[in-house]
Formats: sequence, C-alpha cells, structure tokens
Amino acid sequence: MSLKVVQAGILSLLQDGGRIGQHRIGLTTGGPLDPEAFSWCNRLLQNAPGTTVIEASFGGLQLEAQIDTYICVTGARMPLRIGKAAKDLWRVHPVKSGEIIALDFAQEGCRSYLGVAGGFSIAPSFGSTATVVREQLGGLNGDKLYIDNQLPCSTPAQCRPLYLADEHQPSYHNAITIRVILGYQQAHFSRLQQRRFFNHTYTVSDRCDRMGYRLEGPAVACEIEGILSEGICYGAIQIPADGQPIVLLNDRQTIGGYPKIGSALSIDAARLAQLQPGGKVQFSAINQFAAHNALHLAASFHRRTPVAEDTAEPVRETGE
Amino acid sequence: MLEPILHSAGENALILYLGEQTSPEVSGRVQAAAVAIEAALGDQLIDLVPSYASLLIIYDAMATDHLSVSTRIRQAMKSLTTLSTDQQTNTVVLPVYYAPESGEDLTAIASRANITIEEVIELHTALEYRVYAIGFAPGFAYLGEVDPRIAAPRLSTPRAKVPRGAVAIADRQTAVYPAVSPGGWNLIGRCPLRMFNPERDPTMPVTVGDRVRFEAIDKQRYLALGGELS
Repeated sequence: MSLKVVQAGILSLLQDGGRIGQHRIGLTTGGPLDPEAFSWCNRLLQNAPGTTVIEASFGGLQLEAQIDTYICVTGARMPLRIGKAAKDLWRVHPVKSGEIIALDFAQEGCRSYLGVAGGFSIAPSFGSTATVVREQLGGLNGDKLYIDNQLPCSTPAQCRPLYLADEHQPSYHNAITIRVILGYQQAHFSRLQQRRFFNHTYTVSDRCDRMGYRLEGPAVACEIEGILSEGICYGAIQIPADGQPIVLLNDRQTIGGYPKIGSALSIDAARLAQLQPGGKVQFSAINQFAAHNALHLAASFHRRTPVAEDTAEPVRETGE
Repeated sequence: MLEPILHSAGENALILYLGEQTSPEVSGRVQAAAVAIEAALGDQLIDLVPSYASLLIIYDAMATDHLSVSTRIRQAMKSLTTLSTDQQTNTVVLPVYYAPESGEDLTAIASRANITIEEVIELHTALEYRVYAIGFAPGFAYLGEVDPRIAAPRLSTPRAKVPRGAVAIADRQTAVYPAVSPGGWNLIGRCPLRMFNPERDPTMPVTVGDRVRFEAIDKQRYLALGGELS
C-alpha cells in the first residue's frame, strides 16, 4: 500500500529530521530545509516528530493514493487539490484510494511538506531517511522522486481532523532579515567590510539549492583568501574571493576552505530556504546569548501554539 | 606550544584551533582534543568535525549553552597535559594500479617534475601518509603530505566525472575518490578497494589520524581485486 508518484515536480525529496552525528565520515545532515513547517506537518497528522514526509520544492507534485488515508500539507503556499476539490494547507484531509493529490506551483515561499498519517515507511541509512542526492543516501535509492515511484505507507488506525488556525500560520515574505552570529574568520573582515555586509540588501541568485544559497550584492572583501579546510556548521556564511556571500544549508559540505564571517541563526536560515531567486536578504548581527534566547523562544512559541480540531473545541496539545 | 584558540562558529557550534599549519603534531593535538571534548560534553555533544588544525564542536542548544560549553572545553584543554600524537591508530595499505590508462594525469605529473612515471610511482608509494580530515564527500579522506616533487595544483577546469577509486593529488595532499563525483585533483591511478561502503561496518577502512601506505599492483591484480577500467 502506497502513494504513487504521478508527476514528480521540480524537486521532491523524502526527508525526516536529518542525519545527525555522521560528520566524521563526511556525511552531511540533509533533512527539511524548513524544520518549522516540517514539524507542523507531523504534529497535525499526529505523527511522531521527525516522521518521514515529502519536501516539495517549487511544487508540481502529483500523487495517486492507493490506500485510504489522511494527508496534510504545510509550508509554502502551493495550491492543493484532492480529486477536483481545492483544499486548505495546514489541515488534515482524508483521501480515498484512487484519488489524485496535486500540489501546484508555489505562490509564496518555496518548500512545502506533504505528509501522510503514520508516515512513509522508508528504510533508514545511517539512522535517517533524509535524501541527500549528492551523497546518494536516504529516500528511495538515495535519489529524488520520479514518476511511478511507490511511497509505502500503511492504513492509519485513526487521525483526528486537526488544523492550524490562519493566525498561527507563518507567512513567507519575499524579503527577510537574517540574524548572524559573528564568528569563524570574522576578525579578518575589516570594520568597513562588516558595515558593508550588514548595511546592504542582498538578492538571492539563481544558484540556490539545498547545499547553500548564493547571494548577490555589494562585494565583501576578506583580508585572507583561503584557510586550511575546517568544519562548516549549519548556516555558516562563506565569503569566496568574489565577495558574494553563500549561506550554507542542510546539504552543505562538512569541511571547506573559504573564509566565513559567521553563521545565520537557524530559524532565519530556514526562512532563507523559503525564498526563490530574486528574494531580498538583509543581515543583522547578534551575539551568542541573543541567539540562544531566540532559539528557546521559538521552541516555546511552537510548543504553545494550539492546534484546532474540526467540529470540536480547539485543543491545547501540550501543557506548559 | 601554541595556546588553543576558541571561536564562535554558530548558534550551537564552536571552533577550536590547535595550530596554524598542517603537521602530524598539530593533527595529533586535534585528535587528543576530540577525545577529551567528547568526554567532557557527553550527550550534549551532537557532532565533531576534526580537520587539519581545527575541531568544530556542535552541541545541543536545547540542553546547554555557549558559556557552559566553552568553559568545559577550556577546562578539558587545560587538563590535557600531554597532547600526545601517539593515539591508537591503524596503518592501512591500499593497493593502486598506477598507469596512464588508470591515471590520466600521471604522464603530466612526471613531465612536470622531469622524472619518469616509474619514479612518480616510487615517490607516491615511498611515504606513509596521515589521514588529516574526512569531508567533501562521504568517505573522502584527505591524506598528507606527498613528496613536493609530485605535488601538483588542482586542474583549472575540474573534471565533470572522476571514477570511483581514482587516486589523486592536489598540492601536497593525496586521496582516493570514494564515489563517482566531479573533481579537480590530478589522477594518477585507481584503487580497487571501496573507501566508503554503507553496507559494511565499519563504513570506511580509515579514520582521522590513521596512517595510509599505497602499494603498486599490476593491471591483472587490480582486475582480480574487483577493479574496473572505464
């Protein structure tokens, strides 16, 4: 029993929470580019956190249900249809065997998450089902989804019709501010160069993918050209010789030799991954302690946001 | 000895610098630091990325914070009285079929150094190399350092497709490509052994700090060991 891929879309990948703790053999993390939307998808479906879902980039994905089940789509605003009927995102919907689930192209944002009650049953490699095409790991044979792929899932026992109220749904603007924790080779960027970096708007270039987003704007010069290759953390902002920043994301190389000015806050880097080419980015410096605070506030906010249930009183899922 | 330097890397990451250049001694310090920090942080540690002269430390920001982690790293480094380089390491011997048909740049490296192909092979097999870092791709081990006579800069235009098992040189580093990938290193031969095999445990024959020696084999032996020429 499965969902069958009828149309694969631009880039559709099976993802779980990511392949964590494997950098020492050179494996990157993979996982959802927008962990917030990913997490909502599983929470609304009453799946365990980190359950395998599909990350659809840009849209164009169509699946045929070969089982009666429930689905939910969160993230970028991609029009959703089940059969002929338009359906809301951020809401659990029943689907019947034989029905077509269609995700159109994104009108706002770039990545959405299509999950199924109980999740897709995919064998993990190195503890994770996250697809990293470059490493040929995860998903189905380490590759993106293609037409006629079968995505195995089982009939769920039950699934309550939960949804996230409009006022709690994130909106994906085309211009964002990324908070940056200064670090790494920061000292090799002069005050003037740092002012340039923080006081100008950068544009997302065509060269943006799951490895990293290359931005275009005023060139930032570094006093050193290269460094001994070293570990690269999520969100690290590399400045190569041409001075155009690259924000490194989930599928980044684990080590590299370009100077880095610091790293993007993860929640902001996830918003960056929701931008399409042409999107606008500004950077704002924060320190380690403000970053820590922001992370914990975001986690608390997520926990405390209530989910709603059709034909029932809104329920508060977790106690605080 | 240089005092270790600790910098912020990201919201849940710090980077520790243990030297300024590539050397077995600095690499030994990186390894010793990795062992000590792993013990000091326990399950609050998410991952470590050792490299030539640095160690990236990624921690669980939901369980601890920058101040606590950096304090414990500094303490761990202080109590590390002897940063010895003689950790338990393996020496791995990798067979290589060196020939122009298996290593497209072998002839160019020889003529660049004004030596014969046989001498290039001799120089490459004469030294024992150290695994300085693993990265770039799953199982890609950076080995150093090759004899300066056979050191060669990366190709100005990287190849779109380097075969699995390709043995290559870039500057004074050498490596075996664990999988088919694009690459700009100079190819000198092919190794029939898998450097990264997800179905096997351990996945890789080497780890950071291990020693590697190359052994020249002929075509017949290469093919007998499962090597391919394509």
